[in-house]
Amino acid sequence: MYRHDFKKGIINFSALSVLFLALLIPSLAGGFSRYIQGLIISVCINIILAASLNLTTGFLGQITLGHAGFMSVGAYSAGLVAKALPLPDGIRFLLCIIIGGITAAVFGVIIGIPAFRLKGDYLAILTLGFGEIIRTVIENLKFTGGAQGLRGIPRVATPLCLTIAFWSAVFCIGIMFCFVRSRHGLEISAIRDDDIASEACGIDNAKSKITVFAASAFFAGVAGGIYAQYLGIISASAFNYLKSIDIMAFVILGGMGSLTGSAVAAAVLTILPEVLRGFSEYRMIIYSVSLIVLMIFKPSGLFGRYEFSFVRLLEKLGLTRRRKNEYSGA
Amino acid sequence: MMSQFFHHLILGIQSGGIYALVALGYTMVYGIIRLINFAHGDFVMIGAYISIAVIPFLSATGVPLWFCLLISLPLCAFLGAVVERLAYKPLRRSPKLSALITAIAVSILLKNLAALFFGSAPLPFPNTLDLPPINLAGISVSAVTWVTVTVSVAVMAALEIFIRKSRTGLAMRAVSENPDAAVLMGINSDRTIRSTFVIGAALASIASFFYCSSYALAEPYMGTMLGLKAFIAAVLGGTGSITGAMLGGILIGIVESFTKAYISSQLSDAVVFVILILVLLIKPSGIMGKMQREKV
Amino acid sequence: MSKSKLTALVLSSAMLFSGCAVKGEETIYIGALAPMTGVSSAYGSACASGIRLAVNEINENGGILGKQLVVDIQDEKGGIEESINAYNKLVGNGADIIIGDVMSKPCLAITELAIEDGTLVITPAATAEGITENGGNIFRVCFTDDIQGKIMARYTADDLDAEKVAVMYNISDDYSEGIFSSFCAELEKLGIIPDSIFGYGNDDKDFRVQLSKIIAKSPDVIFVPDYYPNAALIVSQARELGYSGKILGADGWDGILSAVSEKNMDILDDCRYSAHYSPDDENPVVAHFVKRYEKEYGKTPTSLAALGYDTVYIIKAAIEKANSTDKNKVAEAMHEIEAICVTGNISFDENGNPIKEVSVISLSGGEPSLDTKKESL
Repeated sequence: MYRHDFKKGIINFSALSVLFLALLIPSLAGGFSRYIQGLIISVCINIILAASLNLTTGFLGQITLGHAGFMSVGAYSAGLVAKALPLPDGIRFLLCIIIGGITAAVFGVIIGIPAFRLKGDYLAILTLGFGEIIRTVIENLKFTGGAQGLRGIPRVATPLCLTIAFWSAVFCIGIMFCFVRSRHGLEISAIRDDDIASEACGIDNAKSKITVFAASAFFAGVAGGIYAQYLGIISASAFNYLKSIDIMAFVILGGMGSLTGSAVAAAVLTILPEVLRGFSEYRMIIYSVSLIVLMIFKPSGLFGRYEFSFVRLLEKLGLTRRRKNEYSGA
Repeated sequence: MMSQFFHHLILGIQSGGIYALVALGYTMVYGIIRLINFAHGDFVMIGAYISIAVIPFLSATGVPLWFCLLISLPLCAFLGAVVERLAYKPLRRSPKLSALITAIAVSILLKNLAALFFGSAPLPFPNTLDLPPINLAGISVSAVTWVTVTVSVAVMAALEIFIRKSRTGLAMRAVSENPDAAVLMGINSDRTIRSTFVIGAALASIASFFYCSSYALAEPYMGTMLGLKAFIAAVLGGTGSITGAMLGGILIGIVESFTKAYISSQLSDAVVFVILILVLLIKPSGIMGKMQREKV
Repeated sequence: MSKSKLTALVLSSAMLFSGCAVKGEETIYIGALAPMTGVSSAYGSACASGIRLAVNEINENGGILGKQLVVDIQDEKGGIEESINAYNKLVGNGADIIIGDVMSKPCLAITELAIEDGTLVITPAATAEGITENGGNIFRVCFTDDIQGKIMARYTADDLDAEKVAVMYNISDDYSEGIFSSFCAELEKLGIIPDSIFGYGNDDKDFRVQLSKIIAKSPDVIFVPDYYPNAALIVSQARELGYSGKILGADGWDGILSAVSEKNMDILDDCRYSAHYSPDDENPVVAHFVKRYEKEYGKTPTSLAALGYDTVYIIKAAIEKANSTDKNKVAEAMHEIEAICVTGNISFDENGNPIKEVSVISLSGGEPSLDTKKESL
């Protein structure tokens, strides 16, 4: 079993490395303009955001509308620390991302403790309220730059930013994937399917829910940290509840409970509006109509709970030997 | 000092009256199908745009401008029925999550349709209430204020009587109590739910009229904050309760007004959200709501 | 389903990578950034109309240095991320000169990139502090928040002889906050401390509580530096509460007439605001612009339209002065030109800020008219 996991890891890692080099080499060689590199960074940020929201929405089954709030906490803390730290570019960038994530996770716990008592519509409204409060408070504080926004966050060269954004996305998705496939992951899926039954089975609903909240906030903070250091200037008004709804659209269209779906939806829905710039007035109309249609005909989203796997792809292509009893034990 | 206090109180009651009218729509829909109709705030916005669209025709024919309400009200009610039929009815048996997402999607759709047709720049709303201000204990109360308060109280009373006395009202109460049993009793639950949406949307159009009379601008996003605050009012009052929605709306209005006057003029929104969080944590059933036990 | 999605992905990436090379030998390719959709679209589309009008005029008259001008206007939806994308796209397509961004924060974001690239950036309307100071290749055509705050403070103290001043500003908005602070600082230098200062949030629609407290102190002047939708609401609520004194604003008031219904125009009487130009100015340049604009679009041009129009002519003047389209030479030439523009006779200081007059417009019966012109500070 261990050897198989190891092999799986190698396969996944090399596949991702190939993808990464396919993105990085043209970037350095000048084949990709900075515009395309910037788009790839945006895609990576949105993938992390979508996947992290999927933890609460897809796996825990709770709608939260304050995800942009966690992102803003991460972005602001990363930005503030980055401005204060005289470190080499790459190290500072990474460190600030992690700090952004941790600060956001702290907020996730603070908000998770009252929020775990609620669910469904009430939780949606409560998180929306928290998101708006975070935004208002940032706008009223002096050290965050208030309405002027946080300016002059040190930026790094675009290819370096792309590298870090890409591997952060890979790393975040990897951790989330391991998390949802772990014991804890099964627990939270049990809560989603029936919270009273799960409690009766001895699962500590409150603890699990708060863990998910914190994890989800952490990754949103990581995305915020990349976002802040990519743009160099951030403003609280960008993190309003419409941003949260944008992220939610990624999750729902991709499939609640599929990290693959979130990633694909985030990538497509980030690139598509750029390609269809002339149609930007219709973007939200198309979004909303497709959400309604999807909810009526395929409420689980495009990917449902399907996860893509390189290993399975290779097996299907006949490149590696199919193992027996793949799902028998873990 | 005292007269300023009363003035702020009256201003609070006025905006509270508008919140209450919107909150009634939330509370009725929630009471009957347990769905937060996120799009409800946007019905208010649509009502405002309908009025703006018809007012030039009214003033050309010399009809009093408040007649725009007589046009926007049925149109809004019709829109409520259409939205219910197309977006919510197919999801009656689906998980609540799907219905909630659909409601959010409908809200985004309505906003962006309005932006497409009317542009995202705000449009002015003409003054439609040409009535004199009245004098209340030495404070001049503008026409908009007293008409808003009077009408919203009257509407609420009428609604309460309607729910208590009419057959449709009885059916609504029955469906909200137990939809399956209501069907067994020969109640057409689909029709009852639809009429709830129709009434809610009609109330939203009344609210839009008073909202625009006080704040004479219409824009595609105007329903968002209004809807949120009205929803908070509904939660505060106890979702499902008509008197509660009224009470919650007026309380939220007064709290906002006093926050601006005595605490901080810029944090009133945050204070309202804090109230929401406190209510949800301490007494989620609100002031007038019934506590519901969840069963397996 | 996934197949069609894949097709969409492939198609979209194909379109991305192909790019669209518009730059040719006979044309001068210039990029522009403006919010054409979203809440700020009123400003972006007005500015874009001004830009297009100027480009058409110049091309009709033989272009610049005999070359036709092509301006590629990209919608940035008023967002920082979007504007960086749009900027990168334009520069990738070969634009060396960028008009934009119209809004301050997106503009700040792109100037950092522009300084690395050496792209010449000329913003028509980003009034915030700290944009042009960043580098020698950043210019703006509008006056700054700081200057209009000071000008309005002096106007309040000197021209209106006001003693009791009240201020209401939008704390969630950088523009409003910026003018508010320079206004108050200058007023203090002139020996006036505002009686009451109230902030409000972005989503507020009801200002009557603050206004009733302000009016209780019967101020001579209420200063409301915000964009026109909020300003229109504040003016109408102040009038509803019985305030008949003067209400002052800043260039964000441009367009306020479109936010007040025709029957209520009288509420705007006694309102003044600082503006980039006044459509009733008798200056022939202004008259020509207003006539052409009205013929083309059927409405009176706003300040933003005038600024967009001017920006194109300033670029023309600089390119002709440099006798080259090289961005560095044009940037140097920017400091040497004095362009006769709709929004005044413009030359640039060492920071790339314009030296020009500020107009103060007064409204009466729904008609704007030029009240006075103030020398820039």
